[in-house]
Amino acid sequence: MVIDKIFFTIITPIFAFAVGLSFMMIKLKVSARIERRYGPPIIQPIYNILKLLLKEENISHGVIFSLGPVIALAGSILTVLFIPYAGIKLFTGSGDLIALMYIMVIGSLGMALGAGESANPNASIGISRALTLMLGYDLPFVIIIISVVLYYHTTNLADIVAAQAHGHWTLWSLPLSAIVGFVVAYGALGEHPFDIITAPHEVATGPMVEYGGKHLGFLVINHAFHIYIEIALFVDLFLGGATNVLWFYVKMFAVFFIMMLFDEVYPRFKIDDAVRFFWKWPTIVALISLIIVLVK
Amino acid sequence: MDRLTEEQAKTIANMLRKRSLWMIHYCTGCGAIELPPTMTSRYDMSRFGLAPFVTPRQSDILLVTGYVNIKTLRRIITVYEQMLDPKYVIGFGSCPINGGVYWDSYSVIKRLDRYIPVDLYIAGCMPRPEAVITAFRTLMDMIDQGKADGYKRYKRNLAYYKENQRKVLG
Ligand code: SF4
Repeated sequence: MVIDKIFFTIITPIFAFAVGLSFMMIKLKVSARIERRYGPPIIQPIYNILKLLLKEENISHGVIFSLGPVIALAGSILTVLFIPYAGIKLFTGSGDLIALMYIMVIGSLGMALGAGESANPNASIGISRALTLMLGYDLPFVIIIISVVLYYHTTNLADIVAAQAHGHWTLWSLPLSAIVGFVVAYGALGEHPFDIITAPHEVATGPMVEYGGKHLGFLVINHAFHIYIEIALFVDLFLGGATNVLWFYVKMFAVFFIMMLFDEVYPRFKIDDAVRFFWKWPTIVALISLIIVLVK
Repeated sequence: MDRLTEEQAKTIANMLRKRSLWMIHYCTGCGAIELPPTMTSRYDMSRFGLAPFVTPRQSDILLVTGYVNIKTLRRIITVYEQMLDPKYVIGFGSCPINGGVYWDSYSVIKRLDRYIPVDLYIAGCMPRPEAVITAFRTLMDMIDQGKADGYKRYKRNLAYYKENQRKVLG
């Protein structure tokens, strides 16, 4: 039992990283095909990460600057361990959904902490945008979590997954919450039109502006985890998790593929427009869904 | 398993480096207009693992696209010094080679190579996207053979470069 736990504690982050990385690879090719290009070789993200880790020089602006990516990565790995996948449940006790909501923030905060030390104005603008956007999508996110929790009478993520067995997905029972959940996960991923944080043309990749070399390598790895976290949580909450790894991957891929298509067609929001959007339609729909759950 | 020798480790590192080159294009002159077609669907340089980036810290290649004013030179040197090793410079068009049509201008420098180490030049006024992509391929071969060592030259001859820079910048 203990051996099992240790084994899966090691395997789970590796699995999450592999999934996130594979999505990054596929995204390059798919977006290239949509733009009628040939696109980079499929293992380009691996080359990028290895090249960044092999840089001969690394410039640091202080201890916290170097610790930022590490904190972000550590937060992401911790979050990954809390998300049940394919019937594997690590660290799941009652209330873990609430704990998860807090832990998920560590990644962004770690990055904000590190980027803040570089004292680059672009980084400061990027951080303020990241935190403002988080404020935007957290409101509908919390409301849909409340409606899901009220619907299943449990705050245990594993129990929520178990209750959706045999096709009783939350997607069918609470479709409005599922739609909002999709929008929120999409916003948290920071793809178009919500790529305000890293907008290269406005703030020169925002918080990452001073990061290069090994630090940036860590942030790219962190991005792979980030993709996994957002989509795995959506699959667990609304698509009923999965009983085996392959099926879980297929569900995640389906969600990510739809997100990729959205990413290709939209331009970029301004930060105030993005927050206004999140506090308007997703929040209204989430509230309606909450009322439906309460009345039922 | 045998430990990798330093030589082998370097070969592997170079092999990885040449497959992922991120470039910052400092659009100084007219030549920059040839880069959008090189980047986008028509010529699609991402096939070779090249990607445009926006900050010097993240980039590996500095593209100096055209004539360099004395005012611009100051910024180019700042950008170059902010980049992390290993870094490469490509001089784009005939202006960075010998001044091009600005050879007798009072405000344009003649040879970029005297101020920062240039690994590769692309001749032409202005070079076509095909020439640009050929240049990138050549740079990849040079990296593979360890010949693109401009950043080492800059460190070795720092006094020489700084002296030249002081002469024009004052
Ligand atoms: S080489 Fe020709 S195209 Fe390029 S900057 Fe000089 S004049 Fe312009």
